[in-house]
Amino acid sequence: MHVPDGFLDAPTSMATGVVAASVVALSLRRSRDQLDDRVAPLAGLVAVFVFAGQMINFPVGAGTSGHLLGGALAAVLVGPWVATLCLTVVLAVQGLLFADGGLTALGTNVVLMGIVGVWIGWGAFWLARRLLPTRLGSVPVAAAIGGFLSVPCAALTFVLLYAVGGAAPIPLGALATAMTGWHVVIGLGEAAITFVVVASLVRTRPDLVVGARDLLDAQPLEIRHEVTA
Amino acid sequence: MTGEKATVSTRKVLLWGLGVCVLIAGVLSAFASSHPDGLEFVAESLGFGASATSHASDGSPLAGYAVRGLGDGPIAGGLAGLIGVAVVALVAFGLMRLLKRSAPAPAPAPAPTSPQRPAAQNTDS
Repeated sequence: MHVPDGFLDAPTSMATGVVAASVVALSLRRSRDQLDDRVAPLAGLVAVFVFAGQMINFPVGAGTSGHLLGGALAAVLVGPWVATLCLTVVLAVQGLLFADGGLTALGTNVVLMGIVGVWIGWGAFWLARRLLPTRLGSVPVAAAIGGFLSVPCAALTFVLLYAVGGAAPIPLGALATAMTGWHVVIGLGEAAITFVVVASLVRTRPDLVVGARDLLDAQPLEIRHEVTA
Repeated sequence: MTGEKATVSTRKVLLWGLGVCVLIAGVLSAFASSHPDGLEFVAESLGFGASATSHASDGSPLAGYAVRGLGDGPIAGGLAGLIGVAVVALVAFGLMRLLKRSAPAPAPAPAPTSPQRPAAQNTDS
């Protein structure tokens, strides 16, 4: 999903750069009061995991592959504001060191994966949480739904940007169809990875999962300290 | 730490997590599909793949997830992955720590209250 230099024209890349910079600035501000002793270290780990996960391209058929985007996963684990920062760090390192994703397209890639991926993933996660039973077991399922939807939505955002400032004239209907089709399949992989990671963290340390914290406050079967009478 | 059910410490979660990341980036990355990803594939098949221009970081010794000079094999890729993990870890853990420290903390440490405290309300204008 990493957009290289040259796919979008300069004004469009500039515009996405401005949007990305503004949202990252806002995320920096909003993250400060989110980063407690549990979220701060986990956020570091989330960024590293997204980087590692994005290295693994899995085949989706017909000579095409896909890889984790990680926006929904990061949002569920550390909250959407911190998640945008995690993805931005990953994308910047990939662009600067690994020549993966254009440097003039860094803003575009932050918009697609670090903003659309994160917030669609987070929004879908919360919608799913409301519809599913109120228990910890619902968290990985809702996270997987968020992960699944985040991928075609990011792909469609690219189509939108391409409609505005694509370098080469190509039929947009065909672009939308092809991008959605492939990224629905890639979304299934995203859902699977998101489910496994969230499920294993919810099992070991549910309090580390921002998207599960509300359930812990209300949990009736928690073991409490003995009260000395 | 008496009769309570032992919970896994945050430190342990982090170490395990980082171990998994090292394994993924350093070893499993060798088994990743080398097919073009969804966007690249669509770009090629619809004919706008060629509009990609050369990358400003193409000269980077890590360009394309392979350490320059080590060929194209799993060593070059795995090492590039490990370096990436280290760099991302450094930047991300560092950034989060900085942000956390800069937070307008709701006084987690017992603030030494001086008796002169109320006098410190000499706000200008």
